[in-house]
Amino acid sequence: MTQIGLAHYLTVAGILFTLGIFGIFLNRKNVIIIMMSIELMLLAVNINFVAFSHFLGDLVGQIFTMFVLTVAAAEAAIGLAIVLVFFRNRGTIEVEDVNRMKG
Amino acid sequence: MIQGLAFYLFAAIAVASGVMVIASRNPVHSVLFLILAFFNAAGLFVLLGAEFLAMVLVVVYVGAVAVLFLFVVMLLDINFLRLREGFLQYLPTGGLIGLILLVELLMVFGGWSFAPDAPLSVASRTPDIASVSNTEAIGRLLYTDYVYLFQAAGLILLVAMIGTIMLTHRTRSGVRKQDIARQNARTKETSVEVRKVSSGEGI
Repeated sequence: MTQIGLAHYLTVAGILFTLGIFGIFLNRKNVIIIMMSIELMLLAVNINFVAFSHFLGDLVGQIFTMFVLTVAAAEAAIGLAIVLVFFRNRGTIEVEDVNRMKG
Repeated sequence: MIQGLAFYLFAAIAVASGVMVIASRNPVHSVLFLILAFFNAAGLFVLLGAEFLAMVLVVVYVGAVAVLFLFVVMLLDINFLRLREGFLQYLPTGGLIGLILLVELLMVFGGWSFAPDAPLSVASRTPDIASVSNTEAIGRLLYTDYVYLFQAAGLILLVAMIGTIMLTHRTRSGVRKQDIARQNARTKETSVEVRKVSSGEGI
């Protein structure tokens, strides 16, 4: 087993990011799974930030990760609220039914 | 050696639970696998020496965001199996795009190296772990150089909170609520009526 370097962490983050994108394509109808995929992608980005922060010896990467976490939490809360309101009005959460604003 | 073992364990479980998040039939299972993925990512953070962020990840994501997802999944009365129709139809396109993206990312990560003068342009060097702990170092940086951004992050959370409450709050009809202003505005004249009742007749 070789020394764990930056490339190892970047590979894990790359795989997780790809899984997030793949999940969006795969579950095109279910908004909740799409939002979970977005959370997965943000997690991959965070792993990248922290890995670079560690291997470059720069603490600012970890600070930035905290801001990414904040925005991700806010995004999840607002997104789920919108899903809830949409379900209350339409009785479904299928993405393909979201066309009311088209008029 | 033990670090390598821990890395491969955390990475493998994180990736496997990431696969289960997007592939599992039941959204509740998806949320639970998301929690597992976040726990293992927190393990990776600990390996990288970012203990504070690891704990924040567990508290914020497992404690708040994942529970929020769980609540919403259980609150919505949806036939989730119907939402999975077309799963196989999207599989080739999504798989192709995912594969291309993964290959591109791995090529970038494989043929990549630090610029020779990159370590010279470090914004804030990580202090020695023996003298200053990770949490203290982050605090020292966050409350000095990045205090305005920190406040802005708090504002973002406030706006998100107000927006969420505004979106989901509804005034339901048929609910009796206490209205203190109305109670205080009542006078004897509006609420009590004195009638003369003649004996033997009733009102």
